[in-house]
Amino acid sequence: MADVALEKVIKVYPNGFTAVHEFDLSIADGEFMVLVGPSGCGKTTLLRMVAGLEDITGGVLRIGGTVVNDLSPKERDIAMVFQNYALYPHMTVGENIGFALKLRKMPKAEIDRKVREAAQVLGLTEWIDRKPAQLSGGQRQRVAMGRAIVREPSVFLMDEPLSNLDAKLRVQMRAEVSRIQRGLGVATVYVTHDQTEAMTMGDRVAVIRDGYLQQCDTPQALYDHPRNMFVAAFIGSPAMNLYEGTLEQGASAVRIGSQTVALTDQVRTARPALAGYGGRSLVVGIRPEHLPAVDGQDGPELHGDVDLVEALGSEQLVHFTLDARRVLAEGAHEDDAEQLLKHGEGVARVDPRSAVKPGETARFSVDVDRMQFFDAASGEAITG
Amino acid sequence: MRTKRRMGWHRYVNLMTVATTLTVIFVVLPILWMIVSSFKGPGSINTDAVLPHPWSAANYEAAFSAQSQDPFYRYILNSLLVTVCSTALVLGIGTLAGYGLGRMPMRGKLPIMVSLLMISVFPAIAVIAPLFLILREIGWLNSYQDLILPYTAFNLPFAIWILRNYFLGIPKEMEETGRIDGASPLRTVWSIVLPQAKPGLFTAGIFTFTACWTEFLMSLSFNTTNTYKTIPVGLATVGSLYATPFGQIFAVSCVASVPIAVLVLVFRKSVVSGLTSGAVKG
Repeated sequence: MADVALEKVIKVYPNGFTAVHEFDLSIADGEFMVLVGPSGCGKTTLLRMVAGLEDITGGVLRIGGTVVNDLSPKERDIAMVFQNYALYPHMTVGENIGFALKLRKMPKAEIDRKVREAAQVLGLTEWIDRKPAQLSGGQRQRVAMGRAIVREPSVFLMDEPLSNLDAKLRVQMRAEVSRIQRGLGVATVYVTHDQTEAMTMGDRVAVIRDGYLQQCDTPQALYDHPRNMFVAAFIGSPAMNLYEGTLEQGASAVRIGSQTVALTDQVRTARPALAGYGGRSLVVGIRPEHLPAVDGQDGPELHGDVDLVEALGSEQLVHFTLDARRVLAEGAHEDDAEQLLKHGEGVARVDPRSAVKPGETARFSVDVDRMQFFDAASGEAITG
Repeated sequence: MRTKRRMGWHRYVNLMTVATTLTVIFVVLPILWMIVSSFKGPGSINTDAVLPHPWSAANYEAAFSAQSQDPFYRYILNSLLVTVCSTALVLGIGTLAGYGLGRMPMRGKLPIMVSLLMISVFPAIAVIAPLFLILREIGWLNSYQDLILPYTAFNLPFAIWILRNYFLGIPKEMEETGRIDGASPLRTVWSIVLPQAKPGLFTAGIFTFTACWTEFLMSLSFNTTNTYKTIPVGLATVGSLYATPFGQIFAVSCVASVPIAVLVLVFRKSVVSGLTSGAVKG
């Protein structure tokens, strides 16, 4: 078991394209680190660099304190699970799991013992003599896991291992992968583009965009205190509502379109820098769950025209429109989703018993203390 | 779209089935004629009788008897030796070259592949004369290696193309997993890539085997003694100015067709999948 440290790691492809820019990240021994970001952000490149499948153009990569930049994948003592599992179709489940041990010239009896142990942990004992083609998607995924754990590596690397599974199985396997990882206590780097997966599985999550590390923190810290608009919009589903606003002098209130929301002392104390934005425009971020439908109490409100109500049983997602300009965090949404977002559209997560109907104007209570504020030009969060 | 359902004999007789049947008859009839005639006695080979009467194995006995003027068994053994050696060489070299061109980082892959394609369609007749002079110079005329070497060279390009395309269809992650597990490049090819490329190997192997087994021009030009003659040349040069033993020729032709027929029958599924690999997304 070992820790992993990336120090100013750079990846430049022969065509001149820089996929990873001076990337710093440290993963503690036993930690489950998730790399998350939109397609093409460089997360898989980073993982492949750690694996030794891609050369490192610059910087230092350490595993267990040893610089491994020039070591072959075999010498790095890592195991990797690929998106398509990469199981050998001509070998049985047992042969697939034991192949790495066979290459190490381990005695056959010991290989058998280790393979059976791994198969038992993963619930694969009765499939051990089957070929991968005879297994379901979930079973194949478990065989891929088995192949990784049987080697008892220092570091696990996983490249979107659940993305080929259907939604229900993915939720099951999410828990199973986490359980296995915690049981083994091996440092794990897990790549995904699914922020739900990142939030539910990772001890810490590193959000990446265009080869730059945006923020690395615990899932809750990322959610509550995003460092910039990209992280704010990328983490959370439905995404944070981002509107252009203007701060009143003294940060007493913020104007969103034609509506004004009064700010509290707590907001001003938590973000002293807000005072400098008086009379200027900024970006206001409100999570959907911080906009409950008003049930008679006093307090700051926003009024929106309801376009659509999605009843999910435990909650309702209310799509509304404000007369304010919606701000898009570049790259945080898929292109299609960006086009679908209309001018001023937002989402609120409300109680299932709230009688909100499409076509009406609804009143949403604003949890002002949990609003986020971003610099309109740089997109950075306004904090200190 | 609704289509009118055909009833009665219209269901079976249409332009497609007629064309298919005619094609099959056109291809199969000469082979049937060869098989049937090989069992005809000397008296009935030139008659109008369709079937032998009586059925006789005399042609086979005569062709493969120790007293036969033409040692057909020798020709078949020669063909087998030359063909098996050439096919083994083509598959061995073709696998490594195909893998290198498909997977290894290498400069000038495209020019190499285009050159290979050009060589594979190059007419053999154009190189017979210079090749003959070279082989005579090094004293290789009338030997096995004078056929094995050119057969390997001429069949390699096609095999490399087939194998490379097949290797490209195998997910790269499998080889990467092998690398992480500690397999050397050769071990990766042997244990991971080749077992999955079997259809490609069968396809390349059968095409090479058939090409070598039926090759005529080089064999006729380079090997003139009976000791090294292969079966196509042996069949073509049998008989004398005044008599041609058609019965024996048919019998030997039947025997000579057996290896090809067996190979194609056994590996037909693999050959089809090898030829169509990459045609549709898997």
